[in-house]
Amino acid sequence: MKKPSIDLSINTDLARKILTGFIHSEITRAGFSRAVLGLSGGLDSALAIYLAVDALGADHVLAVYMPYKTSSPDSETHAQAVIDDLGVPSLTIPITDMVDPLIDLYPEASPVRCGNMMARARMIVLYDQSEEFHGLVVGTSNKTEILLGYSTQFGDSASALNPIGDLYKTQVRQLSAALGVPPEIIQKPPSADLWIGQTDEGELGFTYEEVDKLLYLLVDQRYSPQDCIEAGFSKSFVETVVKRIQRSHFKRVLPPIAKLSNRTIGYDFLYLRDWGT
Amino acid sequence: MKFSLAIAQISTVLGEIDTNLAKHRANIRDARQQGADLLVFPELSMTGYVLQDLTPTVALRPRREDPVFRVLLEESKAIDLVVGFVDEDDRHRFFISAAYLSKGEVVYVHHKLYLPTYGLFDEGRFFAWGDKISAFETRFGRMGILICEDFWHVSPPYLLWLDGADMFLFTSASPGRGLNQAPQLESARWVELVNQAYASMFTSFVVHANRVGYEDGLNFWGGSAVFDPNGELMIRAPQHQEALSFVEIDTNQLHRTRARLPLLRDERTGLIQKELNRILEHQIR
Repeated sequence: MKKPSIDLSINTDLARKILTGFIHSEITRAGFSRAVLGLSGGLDSALAIYLAVDALGADHVLAVYMPYKTSSPDSETHAQAVIDDLGVPSLTIPITDMVDPLIDLYPEASPVRCGNMMARARMIVLYDQSEEFHGLVVGTSNKTEILLGYSTQFGDSASALNPIGDLYKTQVRQLSAALGVPPEIIQKPPSADLWIGQTDEGELGFTYEEVDKLLYLLVDQRYSPQDCIEAGFSKSFVETVVKRIQRSHFKRVLPPIAKLSNRTIGYDFLYLRDWGT
Repeated sequence: MKFSLAIAQISTVLGEIDTNLAKHRANIRDARQQGADLLVFPELSMTGYVLQDLTPTVALRPRREDPVFRVLLEESKAIDLVVGFVDEDDRHRFFISAAYLSKGEVVYVHHKLYLPTYGLFDEGRFFAWGDKISAFETRFGRMGILICEDFWHVSPPYLLWLDGADMFLFTSASPGRGLNQAPQLESARWVELVNQAYASMFTSFVVHANRVGYEDGLNFWGGSAVFDPNGELMIRAPQHQEALSFVEIDTNQLHRTRARLPLLRDERTGLIQKELNRILEHQIR
């Protein structure tokens, strides 16, 4: 059976309006007027900062570039291009001296372990700047990576609010182009840049283009895995993705609290974060 | 008869009645200054929408003894009002409600009939289900109120129509969802489509007051609108921003439309009743 035509394209004017309104609302009602973002040189953080500047103004957004010694030189060039284009205040805070002492204790540590250390070191830096700059940390995870669990818990996934977490990677590309993110950032292969030569698609084993369509059917259109196979996706691809979603769900929820009392946080103590604002 | 109708498409502060009351009063003042006779606020305009465990703490009683309603009733001496709130009844059940106030009196209180408890919605967990569908008299003719999910079902507007409502006052706190290439969200398109259909099929005025703003990650899309008995769009408020919108209603349009298109005259209610009884008796679905 032929794959159904799946069009993930979005109205970028409407997306921009809703997302900038969201950033402005969620930051100001929490009593802040500023945002702090980690800028990696990649596309997701670039889009998030363009939206944040749109919502709050360049003076109210701090871009923090946090290289490790193996970070690609392209990353710095691209982060700088965004900073120059937007005219936001920025800091470069290398994390090598934070991370290496821990890695030195465990020379055998796997690349994933080292990558997690780097992602969590960056989180520490960002939340420190959050206090100093009086701004909330804006998240830069997209829907594809959140669903696949392709992130470090309490690392790059940590934020106070996330404007782009309901956009698939292909939609991130489309919205980024509409917002004027430099084309070289949109076109380069996505990478967590945690070790030399790492690319998302190489590590995941499939392209965002492919997996976004599958996720759209599984999640948004509520197709069963069998429906997806009948729609033309390979059985092994569908099984891999379904398993990834399941096994990474712990990253998408708060840690469960063991219920003892009549009223327990997370179960029957229910308020929005915007309570009273 | 002609009168001026206004819609206050507002954002609210979640669970803060005093702040929301102040915003109501500011909109009432502006609407009065611009000559409005009736001002409609969205669903839960006094409280905000995703109340969850705040529900019992923000409940009001729609009567003069209630300090908030005392203020609203006083305001209604100069302009008719539709306000959204949580009604706590004498047995302490909580209803998503809308009240029509006029000349210092509570004319009618509608309790939301259909509580969406699926997808992103969880109303049935916190609220009681309303159990009355009735039109009511106002100084501008007979009207009926429905709240959001109530008019996603076709039967409540139909019953209000048979009960004499010539103007439907629909209020919403509708979370926006379904982004695609279109210039508006799928949820916005759907609501506008059905409201236009109701106006057309019931040859009646349809007034829809929706809220704007955000609650956590939810956006409320606004786009409040009024359709005339021909199903023509009379006004549409902007989407995703606060607005106070005005329209002049000419109730003689009912005469003109229904002279051309006697759908109400030809409605076969006896046949409906007979067939509905048969269907229910045989439990055919």
